[in-house]
Order: sequence, then C-alpha cells, then structure tokens
Amino acid sequence: MAGAIWCVVEDDRKGTPKKVMSEVLGEAARLGGPVEAVWLTDKATDDGLKQLGAWGATKVWLLENAGLAPYRGETWVPPFAELVAKESPKAVLAPVTSRLRELMARLAAKLGVGLAADTVALAMNGDKLVATRPIYAGKLLSKVTWAKQPWLATLRPNVFKPAEAQAGKAASVERVSATIPSPQMKLVERREEASTGLPELTEAEIVISGGRGMKGPENYVILEEMGGVIGAAVGASRAAVDAGWRPHRFQIGQTGRTISPKLYLGFGVSGAIQHLAGMRTSKVIVAVNKDPEAPIFKIADYGIVADLFEVVPELTKEFKRLLEK
Amino acid sequence: MKILVAVKQVPDTATQVKISSDPKAIDTAGITWIVSPYDEFAIEEALRIKEKRGQGEVVAVTLGPDRAKETLRSALAMGCDRAIHVNDPALANADTMTTARALAAVVKQEAPQLVLCGRQAIDDDAGAVGAQLAEVLGWPCASWIMEETIDADAKTVRVGRQVEGGLEVFDIPLPAVLSAQKGLNEPRYPTLKGIMGAKKKEIKDVKASDLGLSSITPELSITALEALPARPPGRIIPGDVKDAVKELVRSLREDAKAI
Repeated sequence: MAGAIWCVVEDDRKGTPKKVMSEVLGEAARLGGPVEAVWLTDKATDDGLKQLGAWGATKVWLLENAGLAPYRGETWVPPFAELVAKESPKAVLAPVTSRLRELMARLAAKLGVGLAADTVALAMNGDKLVATRPIYAGKLLSKVTWAKQPWLATLRPNVFKPAEAQAGKAASVERVSATIPSPQMKLVERREEASTGLPELTEAEIVISGGRGMKGPENYVILEEMGGVIGAAVGASRAAVDAGWRPHRFQIGQTGRTISPKLYLGFGVSGAIQHLAGMRTSKVIVAVNKDPEAPIFKIADYGIVADLFEVVPELTKEFKRLLEK
Repeated sequence: MKILVAVKQVPDTATQVKISSDPKAIDTAGITWIVSPYDEFAIEEALRIKEKRGQGEVVAVTLGPDRAKETLRSALAMGCDRAIHVNDPALANADTMTTARALAAVVKQEAPQLVLCGRQAIDDDAGAVGAQLAEVLGWPCASWIMEETIDADAKTVRVGRQVEGGLEVFDIPLPAVLSAQKGLNEPRYPTLKGIMGAKKKEIKDVKASDLGLSSITPELSITALEALPARPPGRIIPGDVKDAVKELVRSLREDAKAI
C-alpha cells in the first residue's frame, strides 16, 4: 500500500527467507510500518511466506519467476522499480548481502532517489527518516537523510533487534505479474567454495579471528575446532591474509569484511586501527594476546594476556563442557 | 580498447579521523591521503588488460577537490595514460547518486568499452557508485569481481563475482561496469620512471557545467557526524590460563550473556 515500509527479502535460494529478515521486518515495525515484504525469487515456499507473516509482514509482494535466478541487476531492477512506482512505498529496506547491496544501489539510481548503505540505526524525526551509518570503516558515524521518498536503505546484519516470530500472524500474498527483461549477462557457472561447515563471516553471531600470532596457516584448525563447538565463523586479520595464511574472503577490517557479531574472539590479533575498524561494533569483544600492550585490549571487554596456543585448547574444552550441559 | 577507471582519494587506513568544527565534515588537517585500496585493484586490472592486448588506453577519472590530483598522479604513475579531474565546488557534497551521474557524463564523453572501479571507497563506505553508474548508463554490471577475462575481439568479458559461499561466473557483453574486490590482483608499485613520467601526462580539469549535469543536488545529505559511543572499560582476567579461561567462560555466560 502507499506509504508502507517495504522489506526486500533475502532468501537461501531454496525458497526460505534468511533469518536476517527478522531484523529488517522488526525494524520496519519499530519505525511504525505498515510493514510489507517484497520477494523477488525463482522459488518461494509456503513455509517461507508464512515465516514472513510471522515476523510481522502484513503483505508479501511476490515476484516469482524462473528468470530471476541468479540475481542480475538488469532483470531485477526494472520490475522492482515498476512496482515501487505503482505502489508508492515510503521506504524500501534490505539487509546487506552480496546481491541486495548491488540491487538497492541500482534501484536507487533507477528511481533517482538516495540510498543510505549499510546503516546501523534508523529513526523517525518528525515525518523524516534519519539513518545512522558507519563511515571511515566505523571510525565515525554519519547521520543522513533523504531529499525525497522512497527512502532506500540497506541494514547491517546482526545490528537491528529481530522481530519475534508470532505463529498467529499471517501475511496476505499478492502475486505480481511482471515482465522480466531478457538478460544480457549469461551465467556460466557457480563455483562453490570448499565449505568449512561454519557460518558465513558477515552473518555469524559469533566470530573467531586469528591474527599474526597464529604463526602459520596450519594452526587455524584449532580456531575452526572452536568454531565448530560454538557455531562461530572463523576470520583473520589483514596481516594473516597478506601473509597468505587465509583467503581474502576471510579478512576482517577496513579492506575486508565489516562484522558486527554478538561475540568476537580475537587470538593473536594485535588490533591495528584498520582491523578495529572492521569489528569494533561487535557487542562483546574478547582478546587473547601475549603482548599486554596490544591495542586490541583497549576496546576488549575481556582480555587474557597469554599464549593463544595455551588458551585456545582450554577455551574450546570449557565451551564444550558448558554447551553439553 | 579504451578503459575508464574511476578512483577516489581517501584518508589512509591508519589515519585517525576526527570531526571538524563543521559537524558535517571531518578535520582534514594532518591526514595522509591515499588512493582507495579497492581502486588500486581496478587500476591494476585495467593496466593488465591493456598490456595483455598490447594496445588500448587507460583513463583515470576522479571527483574531488584540488588535492585529489595527487590520486590521479598516483594512477598515472602506475601506468594510466591520462586522467580527468572533475573538480567543482558545486559537487563538494556529492552523494553516490550525484557522483554516479557525474561519472556517467564523463563516460558518455569518453565512450570507453569498459569501466572499472573499486567495490567501495573506504571513506564513505557506501559501495554504491559502480552499480549506480551502470544503471544510469543502462549498462550491465558485476560487483565485487575476483577474476576477469576479455575475449579476443573485446565483445564480452567473463567475470567471477563474489557471493556468499562462492563465485558466480558470468559472460557479460561490453560495454559494462565492473567493481573490483580484493584478490582480483596484486597492484604494482609505481616505478621511479613511472613517477617521473606521470608528471608529463595530461590531467584534464572538468567542471560540472562541462558535463552538462542536470542535477547536482544530492539525494542523500549528511546532517551530522558523530564520534562512536565509547565502549565500557574492559577487564583483563588475571591468573593462570586454566583459571582465566574458566572465569572468561563464566563471564561470557553469566555477565555478558554472549554464549
């Protein structure tokens, strides 16, 4: 409906919305709604649609079409922009993911409106939306506002309070028939990374990071073992990535991934300013380093000054004991 | 083939950034400026394409004040052939949309077959300009690319874009816009000869009016910058490793409720 807050659905490519959508839908409700979801996909399951309702969407605009997989800006933007023009939502919110990051930028350009990317807070100021976004990789916060509606914003995962699923709530589903442009980009293949069996860095609620103190690539296995116990992603500092110990995709920091987990555990990470920039919005920070002067202790909630190779096995054991209870 | 590389001057990653007396801007005193690291991957890739093909032209373009010329000099020192400096106080508050419109105007004048940029500039961290430029131009685009090969007759580029859990490989007809992710290549350092040669290369100054920009009003405006909220003081847990670890786990569970 006109004046609604739209939440763009990120899904698992198998018809189920990702958990991050509870955060986006929860925030849309806090902003006063009306909360509606927009789902562009090649496949939406009934359970997935129900899930969106349980998280607070009153309506789901569903564009389900085989031509929408894989994501391509050229196939997603035209039907989406057409729907926005027709239905006049006041805001369009999406989680930061690889494809929605690009989609929202292109959609903003197509509509000729502003985009607040990677926001960490949203608030109504009178009848205007104000977004807070980290800049200089989190060294400062910037408050921004839009010249006109719809207000487009992407939301950093793990920051916004998720909506509690309510079993009784259901969304009405409006199937949108849209013409999907034929794509110029042809998919050749999708190459899966060797799975670590651990969560994705930017989505994980707990992140373990290994720095130069790890001494070599062979030692990350002890962090992965801990990750397996507590369900954490394992990342690395730039020093470790530049040394070739870990692939680039695992780098946390200003020139890597920006993360905001509930718990960050840094082992042998000194805390160079560019690393801190990528993880300082983590809710709880734990640092283990031999060097009591390591800058990471300045922002850590808990620190242990000791050899990580003694701490890690002990800690994994303790976590195991705790979680087996 | 002609390649346009969009670059931005940003504060060095190790620089402390402070808010100036104008609460909407940073204090630029004492800042060391660098080429945004992701843009260096874009420059490097453009140069490699040219070298591999044995012909072509690489043009660097930036929006920014006078000091941004240093960034263009760095691009020229790495090997770009010439540069365009969109330098106009009217664009001082440009948001990503305004920047994309200005770059699109440059692209229309230069008519390159490929535009490369970094996945994001590490100052504003929006990561939107490349995709928005593509949309304004009506060109296909791929973001966060990790690999790229252009076919022999420069009609198509094969790219691998990074997505969660893997890489999606596409064939894209040119012209197109690509944004570079770390891992695409290892940028070269300028040689002394490159640095000397850069001084003789052309940097063309361009105003908003030269680009015939219809709209330079930003769609998104900064109302204020704020320092980060201070973190509560932390605690170093003393004792031997076994005891410290036990106390840490207890604290994480009972006090922080983080596990």
